[in-house]
Amino acid sequence: MGEFEVHRVRFFGLVPAGVRCLAWHPRGGRLALARIDGTVEIYNFAANYFQEKVIPGSDARSVEALCWAAGERLFGAGLGGEVTEYDLARLCVARSVDGCGGPIWSMAANSSGTQLAIGCEDGSVKLFQVVSGGIEFERNLDRRKGRILCLSWHPSGTHIAAGSIDVFRVLNVSSGQTVQRIMVNYHVQKVKRECIVWSIAFLSSGTVVTSDSFGRVQFWDWEQGTLLESHTVSTSAVLSLAVSEKEDSIVVGTSTGATYQFQLLPVKMGSLEKRWVRTKPFQHHTHDVRAVAHSSMALISGGLDAQLVIRPLMEKVQKKGYDAALRKITFPHRRLVSCARKARLLLFQFSQHLELWRLGSTDETGKDGEVLPLCRMPEHLVQFKSKGPEHIYCSCISPCGSWVTYSTASHFHLYRVQYEGDSVSIQKVPKVPKLLLPAYQLQFSSDSGSLFVASARGSVHVLQLLEPGGCKHLHTLRPPSGSPEAVYLLASSTDGHWLAAVGGDWAIHIYNLKCFKHHGTVPTYTCAVTALAIHPLTNNLVIAYSDQQLFEFSIPEKQYTAWSRMVQNFGLHKVWLERDSPITHITFNPKNPSHILLHDTYMFCVLDKSLPLPDNSALLMNQSTLKQLPETARQRQLHAFKICKKFQPLLFADLLDENCLVMVERPIMDIKTQLPLPIQQKKFGT
Amino acid sequence: MAALCESFTLCGLGPSGGVGLGGGLLALQPGPDRDHVLLTDRGRTATLFKVSDQKPLGCWSVKHGQIITCPVVCNFETHEYIAVHDDKVLRIWKDKDINLDKVFKATLSADVYRIHSLPNGGPLVLFKGGGVRTLDVLLEAPQQEIENVISDEVIKWSEAFNEGQQPILIFATEKDGDFFVYVKKLKMNSLHKYKLEQQELSKPLSFTAYIKNKIITLLCLYSNYSVYKFLIPLQQNSEEEEQILSKSLLLNLLVSGSVLKGTSFVVLDKDHIAVLGSLGASGDECKECLTIWNTKFQTLQTSKELPLGTSGQLWCYEEKFFFTHGKVLTVIMYKCETSSLAAAVGKLKDSQTPDVSSFVNWNTLGDEELAVSVHSQQSVALKSESRMTDASTTVLEDELRQLMSKAQMPDFQAAIGCVITALINRCKTDPKYYPQNFLLQIVQTRDLSYSLCPDLMAVALEKKDVYLLQNCLQRFPDIPEEITYACLKVFLSLSEAYLQRIDVNLESVICYIDTEFNSKDVKTEIVENGFNAELEQDIWDTKITKKRHLTTDGELCPVGPQKAALLNAVLLSAYSETFLLPHLKNLPAQQAVLFLRYLYYLYVKCSEKINTTLPGVRSPNINQIMDWMCLLLDAHFTVMVMLPEAKELLSNLHKFVRAQVRFYSELNKIEGSLRELQRLNHQKDSQTYSIEVLELI
Repeated sequence: MGEFEVHRVRFFGLVPAGVRCLAWHPRGGRLALARIDGTVEIYNFAANYFQEKVIPGSDARSVEALCWAAGERLFGAGLGGEVTEYDLARLCVARSVDGCGGPIWSMAANSSGTQLAIGCEDGSVKLFQVVSGGIEFERNLDRRKGRILCLSWHPSGTHIAAGSIDVFRVLNVSSGQTVQRIMVNYHVQKVKRECIVWSIAFLSSGTVVTSDSFGRVQFWDWEQGTLLESHTVSTSAVLSLAVSEKEDSIVVGTSTGATYQFQLLPVKMGSLEKRWVRTKPFQHHTHDVRAVAHSSMALISGGLDAQLVIRPLMEKVQKKGYDAALRKITFPHRRLVSCARKARLLLFQFSQHLELWRLGSTDETGKDGEVLPLCRMPEHLVQFKSKGPEHIYCSCISPCGSWVTYSTASHFHLYRVQYEGDSVSIQKVPKVPKLLLPAYQLQFSSDSGSLFVASARGSVHVLQLLEPGGCKHLHTLRPPSGSPEAVYLLASSTDGHWLAAVGGDWAIHIYNLKCFKHHGTVPTYTCAVTALAIHPLTNNLVIAYSDQQLFEFSIPEKQYTAWSRMVQNFGLHKVWLERDSPITHITFNPKNPSHILLHDTYMFCVLDKSLPLPDNSALLMNQSTLKQLPETARQRQLHAFKICKKFQPLLFADLLDENCLVMVERPIMDIKTQLPLPIQQKKFGT
Repeated sequence: MAALCESFTLCGLGPSGGVGLGGGLLALQPGPDRDHVLLTDRGRTATLFKVSDQKPLGCWSVKHGQIITCPVVCNFETHEYIAVHDDKVLRIWKDKDINLDKVFKATLSADVYRIHSLPNGGPLVLFKGGGVRTLDVLLEAPQQEIENVISDEVIKWSEAFNEGQQPILIFATEKDGDFFVYVKKLKMNSLHKYKLEQQELSKPLSFTAYIKNKIITLLCLYSNYSVYKFLIPLQQNSEEEEQILSKSLLLNLLVSGSVLKGTSFVVLDKDHIAVLGSLGASGDECKECLTIWNTKFQTLQTSKELPLGTSGQLWCYEEKFFFTHGKVLTVIMYKCETSSLAAAVGKLKDSQTPDVSSFVNWNTLGDEELAVSVHSQQSVALKSESRMTDASTTVLEDELRQLMSKAQMPDFQAAIGCVITALINRCKTDPKYYPQNFLLQIVQTRDLSYSLCPDLMAVALEKKDVYLLQNCLQRFPDIPEEITYACLKVFLSLSEAYLQRIDVNLESVICYIDTEFNSKDVKTEIVENGFNAELEQDIWDTKITKKRHLTTDGELCPVGPQKAALLNAVLLSAYSETFLLPHLKNLPAQQAVLFLRYLYYLYVKCSEKINTTLPGVRSPNINQIMDWMCLLLDAHFTVMVMLPEAKELLSNLHKFVRAQVRFYSELNKIEGSLRELQRLNHQKDSQTYSIEVLELI
């Protein structure tokens, strides 16, 4: 098929922030995750664990606790002392209420989701009523000295267990009084150091489970104030704890990166007497496991190493297969890199700044696998620093490289960049139109003449870019039936005729840019769209879904193409469907109209529509086999998927010109070196 | 939990193609190699299959008009196949033979019921009249006369085993609704006949048997939907009149109200059997299914419906079930783990300890509870007391063995306890009487405990029966520290010369011990069960003289292998420091030094390996060694300091431990440095940008 010159880029210094807390919504099948930089993410387990929503953080807002309440509403609380409700349609903070108790360390909702309890620095536990317009302060419970680090409601809602330093308390919700106070360091005679109760759970049987900084998981009878069982699982702290809905299994996370499962098992087969037994240890993390969650099917853990690990419980899995596979999610499911093809520039998006790089070049050629000598090194041209505490939602560079834009929650920035020899001059475009912010996705047209701004309520703003450095608002495109959800993906056609926009409801709307009219909608599909792009010659829209299905929709004809229907009839290869990271970018090769270039975190693929699809008996990743075959024998083995797994983890791949590719990798080891050293564990002589 | 895994089709059995041409299968037998099976159909053909490949490897047929009457078996020693057609004509051939007409042929004088091939030892031929010959004997004179031993009984089932070196054949016959079992021991040329206890209104449908601890366990599936168990002791000296085998219920095939009408069954392990049958409440349609049952808990573990119907035959081979399902031969793999939930969480020990009855105080047990079993035993014991001859001892042992075969009776454990107490009492009153083998056998086969027979170890100590003591130490969970100490003292005091004449289980030491004879290339003789007496004698003579000089350097084992094995049994037994320490203080200084020397030797041995464990079964682990070492030093602290011979040992020990502490601390440092290097190396090494050529085809 051909040779590519690949610019292998590893200088994108992205370090994903560590996971701070998790909240599992059992009925919605969604997991809310907060990182230490305040970012909140929603993973949809039904849509193949797709990271469907991201609410970028803010330096002014830390998230120490997340919880779902009143159905699908998500609340967060943090050291800023405020309880925040998130708007999951507009992906921003809906409203905040001051807790009036100093930094908030913990928050929990009662089982019906009508009340929130927060644990504050000043030692108070405060109750809030969840009402339709937000939350209302209800009352203070008995305040004692010592910050409240963790909270748990009894399932009946009558009592709250609150963990602090050296002690945990049980509070009666109706009287507000402390009805039990239990010292957890009572049994330790050794060194006088404080014992922090990191996490707590109140079981319906009246048992309180605590995990503490001495590495213990303890089970208490709160009414008697007695210790029922104590398990020392680690020499360092047990930081997090979660109980399954049936209360027969517990997962705990430790500061050595290990997680353990406890199960309530009969003492003997058939016996009625049951005890908590530590059953399975896992070591999926290298650093603190600050957050764990327990779904009915899996143990979920998030660590300071930024990984989200979903470990299905084998005993709940019907048959060994794809569903039983361990999931590790390290990188975002969206693009943080944009590329100016013609100018050979890359724009990297970090949480609070952007970096603009110029790629190097070579004048040599070579054979497969060779590294070519560079005649020009890559160059870091400029860094755009976002002012204020807010993190960046999205960014983009125009194909010609002369426009750079980004948006935060409340500001939209557009820059005109000029290159004269080696010097770069930046000019901020003044008086940008007042738009409904934030922007969720920014996309320049291929002629760099206009900018599309994905916005809330399904709308897309079209801005016209003016030389030498201005812009004006041309039109706002809206779906005819309206939509509450924000647009998160955009694709424009090369001829400037069409624009496709995907919202949080997964509907794909196509607009005609010549007359600014709604052209049509792609038939709805039951899964999230992870990437889409419009073919430069045929104006076919290629769509990748989170269940790894691929569709091709002809915009002019408003129907799926024959090839797409053929793919659906024939079915994609099993190995393709079992990949566990979504396609995050699709592009085309104008010189080879039958080629579709796509990539996920672990592979880059050129899909050649002119070749037959592989069936399940064929080898999907057959490149290395093909390379060993003689030219004549290859023909019979060829199939449509040409997959290269050499570049991993792949954050971005694009075609610069006909036979030149850019691949942006972020090796895990590079991230690891940025993290603090993990806790030293002795291997020898123990 | 037992579970049925994936299934696949081995071959078709249809009338138009496949094996058997619709006539069904006569039998399935293991082939010459693993994963091979031999199928014999009810016609003219035998086929050899490779199971995992689902592929036939060979197929042989007899001529038209002839019919194979006995399943084809493989002689595992010669890799030949043996078949009988038309009842009397024996054929033997090899893989390369194609035409059965041209292979070896012998016409016998009587009808053959079945040929049994054993993994080691030649095939056995069972004739329809009950006569048994080895194939070798038969081939010497094919026309030899074959006796009829069962007159007009009809053989229903047969099976062969190897017990030790001796082949044993067991077969069941029927006559007028009565069922008989014959056990033929070929070496001894003995035949025992038993009658199965009558069961009203139901009769045996299918048999299977296995052999364990010199007892044949015969399982029998009855038409009343139950599986019964019969125990047949192998050691039977008297040629008596036919005995009646009493049965005990093993399992009722009941599934939530409906019964499983079993047609055939196989034993999977000590707790699991698989039954093929049809399941249905009265009135409903019957569904055929394959089931696995746990006999211990009386539970149905798993089942699989077979909607296309089966032929009622079930074979099991290499963890796979074979049965006909519809028109194909289906193979299902199964897993049968004895592990319970409790085993997974380390709670299994509870379930393994003997029944509560074994801890009952014997003095308070009422007579009537034991009346049935024990009375007869005691009377036997009393009877034989009067005639104290060798013969009477064997008679007594015989009776006891028979008693032991009736394992299912209530309070059996209690009865065994009483029997042992009776025996021990007799040993005490009569110093000449000591039924060593029998006691050993009981200890080895029954789940006894110290509290069940408190005097047993005391008597063994008195008699210096170290083999029995070793077995007790390994098996009893509740030996008091006093007795453990007494054992230790006896073991240490016995001379090596005495020990070498005694049979001791050496499995815990043979893998690591390196006394001189190891370096003399005589390992094979030593590994052999027991000792080669002549060889040893001279080795030991040289050894004893030499050893005196060599022990101090700590490299060679300071004790002989027998003593080492005995000491290991002590090291592995459970104890509490508080109770052991006072006794240990009484150990004579010389013995304490010797023991410490041995512990030091073990410790050095352990530390040689990266995983700090000793090879072999039942060998002590490093923690046990360390605990004993500390305990011994605590108990004899002043003695050790004062004693000149101990001085060097202690100093060696100290040096070794100090070296180890240093070594580990160095390792930890190196680990840290390596990690740092790895980090630095990575930072330096990672190229952040390159242009590479990629070819996609």
